Amino acid sequence: MTTSVTTAAKPVARRTRAGSARRRQARAAWLFMLPTLVVLGVFVVWPMLQALYLSFTDYQVFAPARWIGLGNYQKLLSDPAFGNALVNTLYYAAVTTPVSVALALGLALMLNRPMPLRGFVRTAVFVPVVISLAIVAIAWSFLLDPDIGLLSYWLSKVGIVSGQGWLRDPSLAMPAVMLVGIWKNVGFYMVMYLAGLQSIPTALYEAARVDGAGAWPQFRRITWPLLANQTMLIVILAAISTLQAFDQIFVMTHGGPFFRTETLVMMTYRVGFKEFQFGYAAAVSWALVLLIFVLSMLQTAYFRKRAVTY
Amino acid sequence: MGQDNRGLRLTWRILTTAIGLAIALAMLFPLVWMVATSLKPESEIVSFPPKLLPTTFTLDNYTGVWERLPFTRLFLNTVVFAGTVTVCSLLFDSMTAYALARLRFRGKGVVFVLVLVLLMVPFQVTLIPLYDLLAHLGWINTFQGLIVPRLTNAFGIFFLRQFLLSIPRDLEDAARVDGASEFRIYWRIVMPLAVPALLTLGLFHFMYNWNDLLWPLIISQDASRQTLPAGLALFMGQHVVEYGPLMAASVMTLLPVVVFFIIIQRRFVAGVATTGIR
Repeated sequence: MTTSVTTAAKPVARRTRAGSARRRQARAAWLFMLPTLVVLGVFVVWPMLQALYLSFTDYQVFAPARWIGLGNYQKLLSDPAFGNALVNTLYYAAVTTPVSVALALGLALMLNRPMPLRGFVRTAVFVPVVISLAIVAIAWSFLLDPDIGLLSYWLSKVGIVSGQGWLRDPSLAMPAVMLVGIWKNVGFYMVMYLAGLQSIPTALYEAARVDGAGAWPQFRRITWPLLANQTMLIVILAAISTLQAFDQIFVMTHGGPFFRTETLVMMTYRVGFKEFQFGYAAAVSWALVLLIFVLSMLQTAYFRKRAVTY
Repeated sequence: MGQDNRGLRLTWRILTTAIGLAIALAMLFPLVWMVATSLKPESEIVSFPPKLLPTTFTLDNYTGVWERLPFTRLFLNTVVFAGTVTVCSLLFDSMTAYALARLRFRGKGVVFVLVLVLLMVPFQVTLIPLYDLLAHLGWINTFQGLIVPRLTNAFGIFFLRQFLLSIPRDLEDAARVDGASEFRIYWRIVMPLAVPALLTLGLFHFMYNWNDLLWPLIISQDASRQTLPAGLALFMGQHVVEYGPLMAASVMTLLPVVVFFIIIQRRFVAGVATTGIR
């Protein structure tokens, strides 16, 4: 009986066997993804949606949430604290992004050619990338201390004096935290540029040299255009990360003096975890999402474009 | 003429070396200051004008750390937090990446798009509802509160999926024909091939969590669950700043990472260069 069935239904049997293999594979796939889907679902996706919902309520920790529609967003538009944090965030990003990227390019160009101590210099530039920004920010605060800080002492020697100290001076606190941000990240972008430089065929430079082109034309006509892709990626990555500035600001100025260094993340922290206005803080954090989302879309578009070209 | 050229080249060489050295010293300056201060007696730390290097060396600041901070506790918390997150995240990230890169099932596109969207959303937006959720679970100031939300990571999934797509599948197909289970193929064939990618990703996970400030700052409430960055940052904010012990504690926090980095520098830098993550 078994033989007759197998012979008669051979094509069907093969198809169901293939079907059951496919089903087995699908079941395995979902099992493989189960822990991830649970964690992402409960601790990332749900809180994200919850943040959106909370931003339409007046939720404060000790009182239940009440729906207030666009109330928080209207408040954002008229809240000078939010305007201030938005301006500070954009100001921080607009200065540190181009400065870091330009310095990184300069360092990469210099360290791409053979020179004595090259390995040491590369390592020194990269070390800040791997260490904790919160921790080194403590050392930076000390360096800038008006009474016993070595850096403020040296700066006073060359005529740059700040009586109250950099971090307490409303016009110098932001440059100070920018400096630390640049110092921390420049090595990261330098390494990305070095990778880009190494992918440029040396034959191009040899040909240019045969034609008598000097250093500047070589950079202008070969290096810069061929690094354009890399530059775009680095600028987007740098902008995304500078919009989220927090660590050194928390340690060095705590957003002060007079909120001069309060960024959007810093404001979310203050409004959410110091003043416990969860609904309003959620609205502030969604403003950050919008800013970063635009940049991320650019990044995705960039990757798509690149995928086509190569 | 040739003489001139050689002289010019030598000058140029000396000049670039000097510039390179100056850049390196400037970058290392805050770290040198940190180490030097940690070895100075209190009197030298507060003296004016400040000097970079100590005239008398002392280890008082290092012993002083334990009088002011539960340093051992903070250190162990950081090891447990960063270590557990790294190991578990590598496991879960790679399992998901395997499914996305190698298995056929309906809904794959949807899962992958979800991963891409989560890649774009800054984690700060989830902070407030997440805090709320963990508070309801009674997980504030606990290890599970710190660790569980980080057990998997959209970037890790994306990174490993791309890597798995780039390695040949002949071995797996052979094993599949022989009737090996998917778990066996994942564990015995694919994971060993993915070791370089797993090491790179593991480094990034470990470094990111070891250094992180905002998340442990919010989820831990006292030294029993604080990590080093959060503990030291708060210590700096709350007390009359005693820079000697603070710098000694900072040196001990950074040292493991710096030593580790110098050992595996090549792989690490290659990881940054190819992926653009930190």
